[in-house]
Formats: sequence, C-alpha cells, structure tokens
Amino acid sequence: MKYKLLSVALGAAIGFTASAATAGTLDDVKKKGFVQCGVSQGLSGFSNPDAKGNWSGLDVDVCRAVAAAVFGDDKKVKYTPLSAKERFTALQSGEIDILSRNTTWTATRDTALGLNFAGVNYYDGQGFMVRKDLGVSSALELNGASVCTNTGTTTELNVADYFRENKMKYEVIAFEKADEVIQAYDAGRCDVFTTDASGLYAQRLKLQDASKHIVLPEIISKEPLGPVVRQGDDQWFNLVKWTVFAMVNAEEMGVTSANVDSKKAGSPADKRLLGVEGNFGKNLGVGNDWAYNIVKLVGNYAESFNRNVGPDTPLGIARGVNALWSKGGIQYAPPIR
Amino acid sequence: MSSDISDKADDSSKVSIWNDPKARGIFFQVILVAVIAYLVWALVDNTIRNLEARKIASGFGFLDTTASFGINQVLINYTEASSYGAVFIVGLLNTLLVAGVGILFATIIGFSVGIMRLSKNWVVAKIATVYIEVLRNIPLLLQIFFWYFAVLRAVPDKRSKASLFDTFNINVTGIWMPKPLPQDGFNIVVIAVLIGIVLAFIVKKWAKKRQAATGQQFPVIWASLGLIVGLPFVIYLISGSPLEWAYPEFRETGSRLRMGFQLGTGLQIIPEFLALLFALSLYTATFIAEIVRAGILAVSYGQTEAASALGIKNSHTLRLIIIPQAMRVIIPPLTSQYLNLTKNSSLAVAIAYPDLVSVFAGTVLNQTGQAVEIIMMTMGVYLTISIVTSIFMNWYNATMALVER
Ligand SMILES: N[C@@H](CCC(=O)N[C@@H](CS)C(=O)NCC(=O)O)C(=O)O
Repeated sequence: MKYKLLSVALGAAIGFTASAATAGTLDDVKKKGFVQCGVSQGLSGFSNPDAKGNWSGLDVDVCRAVAAAVFGDDKKVKYTPLSAKERFTALQSGEIDILSRNTTWTATRDTALGLNFAGVNYYDGQGFMVRKDLGVSSALELNGASVCTNTGTTTELNVADYFRENKMKYEVIAFEKADEVIQAYDAGRCDVFTTDASGLYAQRLKLQDASKHIVLPEIISKEPLGPVVRQGDDQWFNLVKWTVFAMVNAEEMGVTSANVDSKKAGSPADKRLLGVEGNFGKNLGVGNDWAYNIVKLVGNYAESFNRNVGPDTPLGIARGVNALWSKGGIQYAPPIR
Repeated sequence: MSSDISDKADDSSKVSIWNDPKARGIFFQVILVAVIAYLVWALVDNTIRNLEARKIASGFGFLDTTASFGINQVLINYTEASSYGAVFIVGLLNTLLVAGVGILFATIIGFSVGIMRLSKNWVVAKIATVYIEVLRNIPLLLQIFFWYFAVLRAVPDKRSKASLFDTFNINVTGIWMPKPLPQDGFNIVVIAVLIGIVLAFIVKKWAKKRQAATGQQFPVIWASLGLIVGLPFVIYLISGSPLEWAYPEFRETGSRLRMGFQLGTGLQIIPEFLALLFALSLYTATFIAEIVRAGILAVSYGQTEAASALGIKNSHTLRLIIIPQAMRVIIPPLTSQYLNLTKNSSLAVAIAYPDLVSVFAGTVLNQTGQAVEIIMMTMGVYLTISIVTSIFMNWYNATMALVER
C-alpha cells in the first residue's frame, strides 16, 4: 500500500504512472464520460477549430465516431491540440486516449514507441510546393534549395533521404509549429515547403497569394495516416479499429446518415452493421447500436471525406487512392460478420 | 557565542541521548537520507517496470542509431548518416554558442544601458528608461518571433544581397562572410596568442605592484593589446601568413533556384541564430541594466564627492572607484541573469534554431520515443551548465570582494 501510494505520487511527476499503465482505456473513458482526443494545432480539413472553438475535420470525425460508438453522443469528445513532436509522448503518458492527427503509420512508431495504429483513414504521400517564379517543374531540379518543414515528422526524414539519394544539396529549416513553417516560407526564407500532400493543400490556404505557388508532381513517400492508440489495450484498439472499418463499410453498403433508419430493415448485412442482428457491439464492449450511432451522427466515410476535404471544400481533394477498393481506390474494410 | 552552544550540548549529553540535540540531529539526518534513497529507488524501479509493461524501448542504445535527418547549423562534422549521439553534440554546441555569445552581448548592452540610465543627460537617460521598460515587459517568445520575421521581411531576398566592403553580405538566408581556413603552421599563431595572454597577466600584476610601491603608472591596456594582438600578428607575418579565406560564392546567373549564395561556401550565419541572439541579448540586457543601476546607486554618493574633491576625472571615478565597489552588489544577481539567458535559449525551437532542446529533446525524442533517457540527459546538460556558471561567478565574486586591511 505504502509502496503504491509513493510510486503513484512519484510516477505522476514524470508522466509514467502505475495506474495509467494498466489497460482499460474503455472503462476509463466510460467513467469520465468523454474521449480525450489528440489533434493537430489547426490543419484545415483534418483537424481545425472554428472561431467558437468547435473542432471539425476528417481526423476529428474519427474521435467523434468513437464517442458516438461509446456514448451514442458524438459531442462527448475533448480535444488536445498537439504539435508533431509532442504527440507520441502525450499518448504514451496517458494524457490522451486516441491520437488522430495526420500521423503516418511507420514501423518504428508501431513497434518501438509502445503504440498501435488502428487503421488508415487517409492514404497520403509527401509533396513539394515552390514559388512559380522559380521556374522549377520537377523536384529533381531542387539542388541547392532551402527547405522549410516541421520537426518530429516523417517529412523531415523523407526529405533528407530524397536529397541524399539524388545527390542534391539542401538546407533544411525545421519548425515545431506548422504556422511558422508556412510563414517562413511565405517570407522567402525557403524555396520549398514540403509536407504530406494533404498538408500542402491545407496550408496553401494560409499563403498571402496562393496562385503564385505550385505543387510539384513528385510524391516522394508513402504516408498512410490513421488513428493511434497505446499498445497493450486490445479492447480499446479493437473499438477504434472497427470504428474506422464501420465508416468504410457503411459507405460500401450505401448506408448514410440520411437513410440509416430505413436501412435497419434492409439486407442481412445492413442489419448486422446497424445492430439489429448479432452482438458485434457487445463484443467490442459497447452497445449493439454502436455503428448505427456512428453513421447517424457522423456519417459514413464518403460523407466525412466530402464534408471535410472533398471537391466542394476549400481543399478540393479528389478521392483518388482513397476511393473504395470497388471504385478504383484502396480503402478496404473487413466485413462485419 | 559558538562556545556557548557547544557548552550547552555537552551538558545535555550527560542527561539522556534523546535530549541530546547532536544525537537527535544525526538520527533525523539518517532517516531523511534513507527516505530519499527509497524514493529514488521506487521512482527508478517503477519507471523501468512501466516502460517494459508498455513495450516502450529503453536504454541508451539509441545513441548509436542513424539519425537520418538534416540540421541547418552544425559546428562539428555532421551528416544525415551520423548517429543520435552526434545530434546530441550538435545540439549541445549550438546551445552553448547562442548562450555564450548572448551572455557577452547582454553584458555589454546591459552595462552600457544601466550607466546611461543614470546619466545627467535627460535624453540619454530617457532613452535608456524607455528601452528597459518596453523590452522588459514584452514576453520573450514574442520578441523572438518579432526579430525573426522582421529581419526576414526587411533584408534582401535570396537572389540579392546587401554588402559591406564586399566582405560582409546579408540577405534572407543570413549573413555571409569569408571563412578563415587555417593552413599548416597556423598553430604557432594560436600558441602566440596564448603566450600573449599569459604575458599580459604578468605585466598587469607587475604594473600594479609598481604603482603601489612608486605611484608610477604603466599603460597596461596598450601593452596587453600589443602582447595579445601585436605579437601573434608579427609571428603570423613571419611564418608566411598561414591563413586563407574562403569567400562565399554568389551566383547572379543561371536558373533562378541556383541564384544567390551557394550552400557550403564561405561562412553563413543563419537568420535563426541571429534572431534568437538579438532577442535573448536585448531582453536579458534590460534586467542586467537594472542590476547595474541598482549596484551603482548602492555605492554611497560620498565616494563620488570624495573622488571629485581629490580632482579625479569623472571617467576615472566611474571606472576605478564606483564600478569596483558596485560589482560586489551586481555579480550575484548577474549570475542568475546569465542562467536565465541560457535556459531561455531553449525557446529556439519556435524559430527553427537547432539547439539541444529542439533537435535532441525534440526531434530525437519524437523519433525514438525514449522520453525518460532523453529528458534526463537534457536536464543533466542544463544542470551542468548552470553549476559551472555559478562556480565561475562565485569565484569571480570572491576576487572582487572587499579586501580589508
Ligand atoms: N504525416 C507526417 C507529418 C505530419 C505533420 O505534422 N504535418 C504538419 C505539417 S502539414 C502538421 O500537420 N502540422 C499541423 C500542426 O502542427 O498543427 C507524420 O506523421 O510525421
């Protein structure tokens, strides 16, 4: 007893407490009544607060969907804005329950940091943006360039690999916050701004005159972005994983927030998804209407995509590889049965 | 007084060991040490167990792993193929560089402004006051951003430059100047400088002694200058000028991207360093100025009056009478300003200056996830820097202390 008290008090000081090490995130979440979700500090389309502090975006929708599955209420989420370099420590130390912040699934992150990736909600790759007046049309012409980017990202590593591999000189200026990167690029400190292509679309909106800049055709890396949880808590891992799958499955089955009520009387697969038949929710530790709530309150994957980053939004991103596997893309979810 | 206490202690020890303050003192000290040792052990043990339970890598093996990222200011040989251990050294040196130069600048500015604020000239005193009041009250992080983005927007763009004597150039990529390349035989010049410094010390001691004995003065400053600068320079010329200069290459033609200064030529001082340096020195200087002012005001005005009664020049009064006495009041708080400046340099990450906190406690931590080891190493560095600074300043303070005759 004495030992436990002491170690809890001490461990808390450095963020590795004895209690947080035990599994049971789902129970903790139910007890406190909300999901603590780690997001970016403002990346349009993915996780961005409006003037009133309401968060929206493709990554935010994952957190809302998890809250919908657990509580039947997508508003029971609290957000923690994190820079790229802070994000993993925040998850490891138990400060957040899910990290949903344009985070690339890599081997190191999955195996050495005590984390698990629960799926891919956006398939991305790294691109370059330059000023038009440089007259550059390919990334292979960037020898001698100054490059602005974020610290603590895969971006920083890919750019080093790319320039080394192609024997080009470069100078990298790496900031902690995305806003400083774009400001320094706009002020002419760098010739090149590089990040995930999705980030280029989003950050481009913050430039003084976006029409003076172009995105080069090369995509130099694979950046599968998805939600992350702590390793060693299978129940929570399953719930987040199947939340993402449920949204993709709903799209594939044509279940939308508009028709979800009538679909309850639909095909056997619809009935399984929406909890009319089977015990899928119970097996996940939540109500059987989990996926019904997700689709009703947040929508299916297509709805989320189109609302946040799709062609009708300022970002104007086409589905591309993020289309369903049945429509020429690679979004694919195992069946609910 | 002290004999009083020990007398009493002796008396009571005869009564009972529990009432003996000495024995009781030792008893509680032992308990305290035991409790602290237990707490430390519990902390370490608990942390290791938790890291294992969560499958988070631990240990210091990561220091040998390849870093694979670039850094925009390195004082040692560093490439992307270097290890995380090398990143640690790079970050450490960058921190020491900006802190060291910052302390130098802050001291010079702080002393000047502190004295200016006491000036009888109304305009000069007011300028100093306004400078102190404004910069002291604006958060340092804002000042860092201000200098960074103000400098970036104010200087010529990457494809043009402003030059001074065709040697010092500035544009948005920083200050570019010729880089000294020591050739074979330059070591002799370095040794000459060291010998010059030692000789200058000896001369100073001798001159002081002679002045005390005979009242004759000796131009110590000029002699020292001759020894430290003149002597090495003569040797430099004799040994055939073993120093070459690599000028930065500036291209004005060709593809637009390749125009401007060429990376890796000449000596580049990056704007991230300059902005951080400006902000740290100007901000800390305001506090130093106030410390200097307080120190000078602490010296009784009678000293100034006595000096002028003896017909001593104003500048001599300040330099020889006021400042040496004021130093005793100034040094202790000055030390904490130096420590503040060093610690504040960790705000570097905001403007992409690659200091220790930015590249090591930032990027490397993020890539390896080994928070405990990395934060421990980083804290160790700051602790060491602080302790060394304190020891040095305490020593300096001791040499300044009042010598009573
Ligand atoms: N996907 C990459 C990069 C993610 C990243 O941090 N990108 C930056 C630039 S777009 C960002 O999202 N910044 C937003 C912020 O800092 O709030 C990774 O996981 O390392």
